Amino acid sequence: MAQPDGLLYSKEHEWVKLDGEDATIGVTDYAQESLGDIVYVELPKVGTEIEQFFNVGVIESVKAVSDLFTPMSGKVVEINETLDGDPAAVNREPYGAGWLFKLKLSDLDEAKSLLNAADYEKHTQG
Amino acid sequence: MHKRTALHDEHVKLGGRMVPFGGFEMPVQYSSILKEHDAVRHRAGLFDLSHMGQFWLSGEMVAGWADTLTTNAVGTMKPMQARYNLFCNDAGGTHDDTIFYRLESRWLLVVNASNADKMWEHLIANRPASGVELENQHGKSSLIAIQGPCSVAMLQPHVDVDLAAIKYYFCIEGRVDGVPATIARTGYTGEDGFELFLSNDAAPTIWRALLESHRNEGLEPCGLGARDVLRLEAGMPLYGHELTETITPVQAGLTWAVKTAKPEFVGKEALERQIHGDDYSRIAGVVMDGRVPAREGYVVWHDGRPVGSIRSGSIAPSLHNKNVATALLEKAAATEGTRLDVEIRGTKHDATVVPLPFYKRAK
Repeated sequence: MAQPDGLLYSKEHEWVKLDGEDATIGVTDYAQESLGDIVYVELPKVGTEIEQFFNVGVIESVKAVSDLFTPMSGKVVEINETLDGDPAAVNREPYGAGWLFKLKLSDLDEAKSLLNAADYEKHTQG
Repeated sequence: MHKRTALHDEHVKLGGRMVPFGGFEMPVQYSSILKEHDAVRHRAGLFDLSHMGQFWLSGEMVAGWADTLTTNAVGTMKPMQARYNLFCNDAGGTHDDTIFYRLESRWLLVVNASNADKMWEHLIANRPASGVELENQHGKSSLIAIQGPCSVAMLQPHVDVDLAAIKYYFCIEGRVDGVPATIARTGYTGEDGFELFLSNDAAPTIWRALLESHRNEGLEPCGLGARDVLRLEAGMPLYGHELTETITPVQAGLTWAVKTAKPEFVGKEALERQIHGDDYSRIAGVVMDGRVPAREGYVVWHDGRPVGSIRSGSIAPSLHNKNVATALLEKAAATEGTRLDVEIRGTKHDATVVPLPFYKRAK
């Protein structure tokens, strides 16, 4: 799967979809492929303030527990509650139904420290 | 540098994700652990187990000698029988869990990959002056397993023996696609199936023949990830988790494989004391109430105090995707139905003690 254009990417393999001060966040296709079958996702609580590149939850595959980082800072305004019953959505549609959480961003400038699709592609191949 | 089995190139061609395991590079998965698990439970899966240690034992003293080093009986094994057995230390802790196969002209001892060097040294150090010859085949012979309800139907056209006539935990010397092999009805998945012991030269040909002939019938190459989920559901111990140098077979619920009627064997006194005292921490089955998986090392609480820890844990596709685990628990907390709390990242999650195995195939 190619990296969708128009999204921003972190080196820790999260994607961000910006819409003004709002952002939707998920993990990339590369991340879900590396993790394998995802069986549990622990997301930050709605209302919490989270800081860029900090550990905000976990993603668990059959074999392993992996930390989840946030690519940008802000207040959590919504989490994808369907993942509780269907964590495999992250495997099936990492850029769609498998999104993780939404933020009200606190610092739009942070976007400058993220990668575009082409640079992220290079990062995963490096 | 990790060793490679004779099937390494096959794994890479099939997209296997190779990881270090027991000194070898082994596939942890090909397509998906859950897909591979499903193939074994409902059709069949093909495994490369060539990383496991294979030792050949011959000479008239083998059975009598092995009986002094192991907990289960070797001397009473019938020709072509296989038997699960354990080697212990003086304190009763487990050196390794193994399978003995009594073949026509020798014995085959299969040990865990991670313990193969330790076990070889143990055998050499305890070898009698005469009557026992040992040959280390670790890495020199291959082992391919086909496991699952369709394994008889898929394997039968390739062999010159009647598979249905091989009883569980027996074996036969035959040919697979013309290649000499020991064909054993043993496995580590909780399903019917066979393990094929054959030469490294022949292994890739047989692997390809089985996959190419039966992939369209649902045979899937399976990695160590699926194998671990399958064995955990089936309540089978994995060395390093439910058995260690400090966890005895009795603690692991394997007292059926400890034959205290044998006159002597390493660890016998300690194990007898443990059985009679009946006050030891033990391996129990645990089912989590919720969706958070229990993992090795998590602390288990009961009545407000820690009573043990998780040894293995996984989602169990054969149990409606419940999270199951084994835990080493104080006796009082290990009885069926006991409510536990498993501490996961600082939060306690409800769980219940259940009998093992979690999964039993319909006969």
